[in-house]
Amino acid sequence: MSKQLALVIDLNVCVGCHACVTSCKEWNTSGSAGALPDERPYGKDPSGTFFNRVQTFEVGEFPNVETVHFPKSCLHCEDPPCVPVCPTGASYKREEDGIVLVDYDKCIGCEYCSWACPYGAREIDTRQKVMKKCTLCVDRIYDPELPESERKPACVLACPTSARLFGDVNDPDSEVSVAIREEGGYQLMPEWGTNPANHYLPRRKQRITIHEDELIRADSPLKKEGVHPHGPVEDVTLDDVTSW
Amino acid sequence: MNKSLGVNVKTGGNEVKNTTCYMCACRCGIRVTLRQGEVRYIEGNPDHPLNKGVICAKGASGIMKQHSPARLTKPLLRKKGSDRGAAEFEEITWDSAFSILERRLAKIRETDPKKFALFTGRDQMQALTGLFAKQFGTPNYAAHGGFCSVNMAAGMIYSIGGSFWEFGGPDLERARLFVMIGTAEDHHSNPLKMAISKFKRSGGRFVSINPVRTGYSAIADEWVPIKPGTDGALLLALNHELILHGLYDRDFLIQYTNAAELVNQDEDSNEFGMFVRAEVPADEGCFDPPNKLWWDRNLDRAILARSEKADPKLLGHYTLADGTPVKTAFQLLVERLRQYTPEWAETVTGVPADTIRRLAHEMGVTARDQKIELPISWTDVWGREHDSVTGNPVAFHAMRGLAAHSNGFQTIRALSILMTVLGTIDRPGGFRHKAPFPRPIPPCAKTPNDPSAVRPGTPLGDMPLGWPAEPDDLFVDEHGEPVRIDKAFSWEYPLAVHGMMHNVITNATRGDPYRIDTLMIFMANMAWNSTMNTVEVRKMLNEKDENGEFKIPFLVVCDTFQSETVAFADLVLPDTTYLERHDVMSMLDRPISEYEGPVDSVRIPVIDPPSGCKPFQEVLIELASRLGFPKFVHKDGRRKFKDYPDFVVNYETDPGSGIGFLAGWRGENGDQFMKGSPNPNQWEKYRQNNCVYQYHLPKSYQYMRNWNMGYLEWAQDHRLVRYAEAINLHIYSEVLQQFRLAAQGKTSDRQPPDRLRKRIETYFDPLPFYYEPLESRMTDKGKYPLKAITQRPMAMYHSWDSQNAWLRQIHSHNYLYMSPLVGKEQEFSDGDWIWVESMWGKVKCMCRFSEAVEPGTVWTWNAIGKANGAWNLAPGSDEAKKGFLLNHLISEELPAAEHESYSNSDPITGQAAWYDVQVRVYPAEDGKNMSMPQFDKMKPVPGVSKKRKPWLAYFAGEKQ
Repeated sequence: MSKQLALVIDLNVCVGCHACVTSCKEWNTSGSAGALPDERPYGKDPSGTFFNRVQTFEVGEFPNVETVHFPKSCLHCEDPPCVPVCPTGASYKREEDGIVLVDYDKCIGCEYCSWACPYGAREIDTRQKVMKKCTLCVDRIYDPELPESERKPACVLACPTSARLFGDVNDPDSEVSVAIREEGGYQLMPEWGTNPANHYLPRRKQRITIHEDELIRADSPLKKEGVHPHGPVEDVTLDDVTSW
Repeated sequence: MNKSLGVNVKTGGNEVKNTTCYMCACRCGIRVTLRQGEVRYIEGNPDHPLNKGVICAKGASGIMKQHSPARLTKPLLRKKGSDRGAAEFEEITWDSAFSILERRLAKIRETDPKKFALFTGRDQMQALTGLFAKQFGTPNYAAHGGFCSVNMAAGMIYSIGGSFWEFGGPDLERARLFVMIGTAEDHHSNPLKMAISKFKRSGGRFVSINPVRTGYSAIADEWVPIKPGTDGALLLALNHELILHGLYDRDFLIQYTNAAELVNQDEDSNEFGMFVRAEVPADEGCFDPPNKLWWDRNLDRAILARSEKADPKLLGHYTLADGTPVKTAFQLLVERLRQYTPEWAETVTGVPADTIRRLAHEMGVTARDQKIELPISWTDVWGREHDSVTGNPVAFHAMRGLAAHSNGFQTIRALSILMTVLGTIDRPGGFRHKAPFPRPIPPCAKTPNDPSAVRPGTPLGDMPLGWPAEPDDLFVDEHGEPVRIDKAFSWEYPLAVHGMMHNVITNATRGDPYRIDTLMIFMANMAWNSTMNTVEVRKMLNEKDENGEFKIPFLVVCDTFQSETVAFADLVLPDTTYLERHDVMSMLDRPISEYEGPVDSVRIPVIDPPSGCKPFQEVLIELASRLGFPKFVHKDGRRKFKDYPDFVVNYETDPGSGIGFLAGWRGENGDQFMKGSPNPNQWEKYRQNNCVYQYHLPKSYQYMRNWNMGYLEWAQDHRLVRYAEAINLHIYSEVLQQFRLAAQGKTSDRQPPDRLRKRIETYFDPLPFYYEPLESRMTDKGKYPLKAITQRPMAMYHSWDSQNAWLRQIHSHNYLYMSPLVGKEQEFSDGDWIWVESMWGKVKCMCRFSEAVEPGTVWTWNAIGKANGAWNLAPGSDEAKKGFLLNHLISEELPAAEHESYSNSDPITGQAAWYDVQVRVYPAEDGKNMSMPQFDKMKPVPGVSKKRKPWLAYFAGEKQ
């Protein structure tokens, strides 16, 4: 199978800190996908272009409720609906690594692709009048001037909980494939047939089971103080009331 | 992609420099890439011990700090006749700013130095700011600890000789169970995030106890909702349940704590509640003489504690040969805990008794059955060899959530005792210290204890902040009344070890205990989110006396941005950003040490500041030199230090002491550390080494440091501590009992004024106890049934950048979050405009329903709301019109009773009780969709950017 680069996001450790959001913005605004403009940066209702955003929502009812932080960017679908709808061919999927990109020189800003994308992953740059989106930091990951360990998307390097894994989901031995396989990785809305390359790892719960007979051990330190660990026997016993 | 730029465009920069982040208080190592002199990219430095390459949302938004339109660029003087708050300024030169300050401060210093007060909002520069205050001769100095988390520092340091954050933390590398209580995310946020993730992935169990499920609680395996301010009740019940089942580490308690030591129980004695002591010749200079007693089970009599071969009783009451009745400290603790059953705690905390019992069992059984044993041999202070280091893998973390209540100190004592009972102090998998901790209980530094220490033209003999060990250490006059403007270290707030910045403006305005002349504020937004009672404090800053003079005659504000407080200044000093200046994270202050040993670090400028800006440190060096402070000038009056970098290298605490601001590469050749003569190449060495110096202690010195002979002697040799002796943990606090005895009139030295006797006697309990927070007790809970608390969002923890172009898009305004049940009862819907009202005032805001909050609690993100026009945001910005500040509802003082005004603070430490306020909510039916209160629009001050771009498309180096 051909190479398909992707992010695998581990919701089990993502604390919703937004490090991925702004490190993406700072890398890409001055990179080959830049600039990422901001409208009204110091005014009312500020709104800018971000390739990656974190949504937070609640699941369940008090007290059985989960607060979920959910980072979302272009999922680099294996069958991306944004590509065939593009009238100019600006939206394309690379053969060599499966990254979905937009060629700004061809893009006319018609927004068909953003209508087609079921995940809302595309962001129109109203100043340059082109559609912009996550490139998986294509200008970092192949840069021979960077040390090997840093040829990763900015969000992956930034993430303090290393909740973002990066690699080839079609290579069964890659870190991302192993994580998807072993930790229950899933795609967003697979029923739409887009086959997103990015995956999410679910919350996993750790519990401790303590059996009642594990609570007090024979060497309980209470015994050393002359205290019976099961508490004083104050109620009447058979021994008190029977005389035969 | 921009084909015109090409995928192979040089996307990086042409210069890379290392420094240290200061977008919050974490102090991560960063690598800054420049392109044609502009910041292209800021990333975590992979070679830095603190963050190992990661960065957070703030750190990655540092570029926008450089481009903020709120940037101050000129010193400003308030226009004559204009009101404070009106932001009417004229630009002046730095020369005039310095002459104004020099003239004014020289006069104060020559007459009455305490009339100068210096309070700073960040306490990572205290080595210098504290030195400045001390050399000036004023006691009126503190940083923001008093309104942040001093209860956490004091509660733990007075119990175990160390605390969380810079002082120590949870060892998540080896813990199996991690319990986080209350909001605590902002203290060491990146390292904590990294550690929690690793911990979870290695199969550890994470329990979060918090009224709100946000932040790291979101990924906890279990969330235990609790009512705010009741954590003490829960912790006491956990202790109760653990001890009831014998789930405590007996060996640890006996040898390393005062649990088995005998306490005088003769109620008629003046020594009641004190440890009984044997007559043993005291070692000179010893802070805790080993003269206490145990009850030996075999001899059935008292013997010297920690005698070899002794077999002490941990529980019980006994009679000494002289007839004195005694009990072990642990016996007293057990008796205290008897009332704190899980059933009782359920009624206070809202946490079901079964859950409390289960949590206690999880802690106790994990600690007991999953013991860690590391093959590390070490020797204890009593000379005994151990061939391993052992640990009980239960770790805790807590911070402001516990601290910012008026019962926080005793709550945190209860937490410290829980951690101690489980046997987790400075052991693998539990809590671990960071240098220079552990320190003696309490640490040695003391403030002066007499008003005569404040003398014209003379430095203070002692530190402006210290650690009282007994009533004699209080800084009070002959009537027992405060010497400091904030009343710290007085009988009202005896252990106010970080000062009480939150009361300075109120006290100074009122002239209680006296009027001051000049208040200098650095990096603290005291006319907005850093103050309680914001509406009134803004009025106070502008209040005049009968002669038409301001009650606080001169207000100096040093900041980088046009904050709300800048509007009130008489003199504004424009600071630099963290990318533009030298800075030190000094061992003399709060360094960034790791569990494995001391670490300090520096900032080295990566770009030039705007020409009109000057680092606050340079301002202090300049003023100290002009004012002729002894440490800053030669005998003939010539200045000693050219500038701050020169000062950092050449300053020594005493001539020839070899101790200076930086620990690394000391000595002429740079081959010494901690102690050594000044090294002229010290900055260069830091520059070459990622701006950080890290020392790895030998493994055998890395654990059990309170009692580790090797470590303590090493620490003493390197001047981290004065004494190399055991720092035994205080299950029972004799320090507190001494204050109580004084209040009871049982001591021959200092006693509190009569009006405070009862207060001291009540709160200075040597054993932890639960009491309802002071303000709640004085609140009509029928009228104000809900508790209101705040947190800061992760993208803005400890941050100065809620006006940052990128970060403000994440949170441009805030909501009041609450259970849908609250809305149902009050008949309003999700998203509605509502009033939230406390006994102090009301605020209009938007509500959001949430299932992730305890139903008796409402909460919001703090410091999002801004005054209209402040921070040079466009008038009508979301922050001002949709955002709000809860501070308006929180008073800096408690309701006055019997003509006494007390700070709304912990009665022991003076910690600001931010989270004690109670409120009610109801629909706002005026139809105006705007938060209230609103304030007059702050206009841009001279020097800030006049034009606010309608859009921004940042591309580094485009200027070229």
